[in-house]
Amino acid sequence: MSELIEALAREVDAQLQGRGTRVPSLPRELTYDVPAASLLDAARILRDHPALRFDLLADVTAVDYSQYRLEQWATHSASGTGCSRGRAPQSALLPAEEHAMPPRPVAGHRFAVVYHLLSVANNHRIRLRVACVSDEEPVVDSVVAVWASANWFEREVFDLFGIFFRGHPDLRRILTDYGFVGHPFRKDFPLIGNVEVRYDEERKRVVYQPVSIEPRVLVPRVIRDDNRYNPALKQ
Amino acid sequence: MSEIRNYTMNFGPQHPSAHGVLRLVLELDGETIQKADPHIGLLHRGTEKLAESKPFNQSIGYMDRLDYVSMMCNEHAYVLAIENLLGIQAPERAQYIRVMFDEITRILNHLMWIGAHAIDIGAMTVFLLAFKEREELMDVYEAVSGARMHATYYRPGGVHRDLPEVMPKYQASKWHSQKEIDRFNESRQGSMLDFIVAFTRRFPKCVDDYETLLTDNRIWKQRTVNIGVVTPERALQLGFTGPMLRGSGVEWDLRKKQPYEVYDRMDFDIPVGVNGDCYDRYLVRVEEMRQSNRIIAQCAEWLQQNPGPVMVDDRKVRAPRREQMKGDMESLIHHFKFFTEGYCVPEGETYAAVEAPKGELGVYLVSDGANKPYRLKVRAPGFVHLSALDEMVRGHMLADVVAVIGTQDIVFGEVDR
Repeated sequence: MSELIEALAREVDAQLQGRGTRVPSLPRELTYDVPAASLLDAARILRDHPALRFDLLADVTAVDYSQYRLEQWATHSASGTGCSRGRAPQSALLPAEEHAMPPRPVAGHRFAVVYHLLSVANNHRIRLRVACVSDEEPVVDSVVAVWASANWFEREVFDLFGIFFRGHPDLRRILTDYGFVGHPFRKDFPLIGNVEVRYDEERKRVVYQPVSIEPRVLVPRVIRDDNRYNPALKQ
Repeated sequence: MSEIRNYTMNFGPQHPSAHGVLRLVLELDGETIQKADPHIGLLHRGTEKLAESKPFNQSIGYMDRLDYVSMMCNEHAYVLAIENLLGIQAPERAQYIRVMFDEITRILNHLMWIGAHAIDIGAMTVFLLAFKEREELMDVYEAVSGARMHATYYRPGGVHRDLPEVMPKYQASKWHSQKEIDRFNESRQGSMLDFIVAFTRRFPKCVDDYETLLTDNRIWKQRTVNIGVVTPERALQLGFTGPMLRGSGVEWDLRKKQPYEVYDRMDFDIPVGVNGDCYDRYLVRVEEMRQSNRIIAQCAEWLQQNPGPVMVDDRKVRAPRREQMKGDMESLIHHFKFFTEGYCVPEGETYAAVEAPKGELGVYLVSDGANKPYRLKVRAPGFVHLSALDEMVRGHMLADVVAVIGTQDIVFGEVDR
């Protein structure tokens, strides 16, 4: 299996000619970081080259890395100096490492758009990760012209993350309510939302109002680095 | 001269053949569809965001509620993703159990589909017949997990518990005499596997019955042949998977091409359509029920002969047994931590896909090493298929929209997530 992956990686490297760099992933998967500027070129090559032929776009999604490796309950010195289990205030998030901001997987950028490609002809898969250069106005080129199935996927990413797709034929919200404000899958959007609806007896219609419940954390987010999964210690 | 304009019609969201909460804005020229614009999201619950706020195991139950007619297949994709990241594999018996329940789920789903599709385009009886068999399979779900639909049975590292030794039985009531009850309970005397074996022997005859009602039925053919034709090239472009892709003549099935669990040991065939219309997709799904039945029979036979563990012996993902907890402080602490904090999953990302009844159901999971997923994305086949609805119904009559919705096997739990 890993030989097949390596062979595919060599082929992809040869065809992309520097338009993407391979990043470490699980042994049976293949991931490439592609710069936003060369996404369309890379997509066309991956789809059309006879040895690759990624003819089916399985999935497009995005990740908001703004709270990556932040936790709500500091536990890292548990074995060295005894338990240090101070509970952080509800909303505060602490970095898991000693330094201030933990490294994000896509070179410090907040958003990454992730494409999962499948080749039905050659039976293999690849994952492309495209970092959005700007954190405030994330923009990526639309791949609808390459794979028609990207249409709704990109609408969904736009709706939930607020990432714009340049050249998309019909970039509207898709999953959220008509007139919805905000992008709910961003990490800074509260889980309980911002507004709630109720039926107003006087006005005889449904009205929106700010949420009346308070956000709470049932299980704090904890990061424990387990030596069993440290690849350096496995051998 | 009067001005001729297209007529815009609103279809759903409260229409029985909208299969839930689909709102379609149709642009009609007479009775011909010019454009269909599906408005989805009325069932959007933010499952993926919810999962980010819970330990890994507590989201398994949410997966059932995605595609709520093929429950265990959704769980399967999710637990496979966690297992990928943890680097564990379920024991052999658990893998057989999962394959068996995936196929039971496929039959459940296709029975629901054939009934709903037929009732949408004018055949009542199939629905009633299909639900009779569906009820038997629901009882299997209930026997193994305690819930008829939302089982929450799969776990990272195996399944929750082994198959039960006895099958629950019907009891006499004022609606059913003892004689009737004895007839109902005939196949429920032995273990659950005996019941399943009896079902697999009986089921091909049931599929024959559905086919008698539909396959050569003139009305059925008039409503489905040459409706919603998709060429193989277009099907790939539109991201179709599962029966939708196979109906167009592309031989692609993850169970054969990228086998997971023990599918590579199973003997079964992949039905493929020719014309890519609703009728071919109907034939593909009916044949899939027969093939699933074969897989279930093979799994049941293996499971009867090979007892063994159904959960990996890894204390990271497995709660201690209750007897241990009573006498051992460490186990009690472990049990408490396991069900409150959960376990941490090593940093990384993965994509696990299974061949769900509707197509490829994938779970993209990003973990940053915490006890909760950092990001979970469910790749729902229904979402992709529905996005092609506009293309499939253009130029067809209004009544054909219902046939196309039916053939896409849309369930809004997974489309809206």
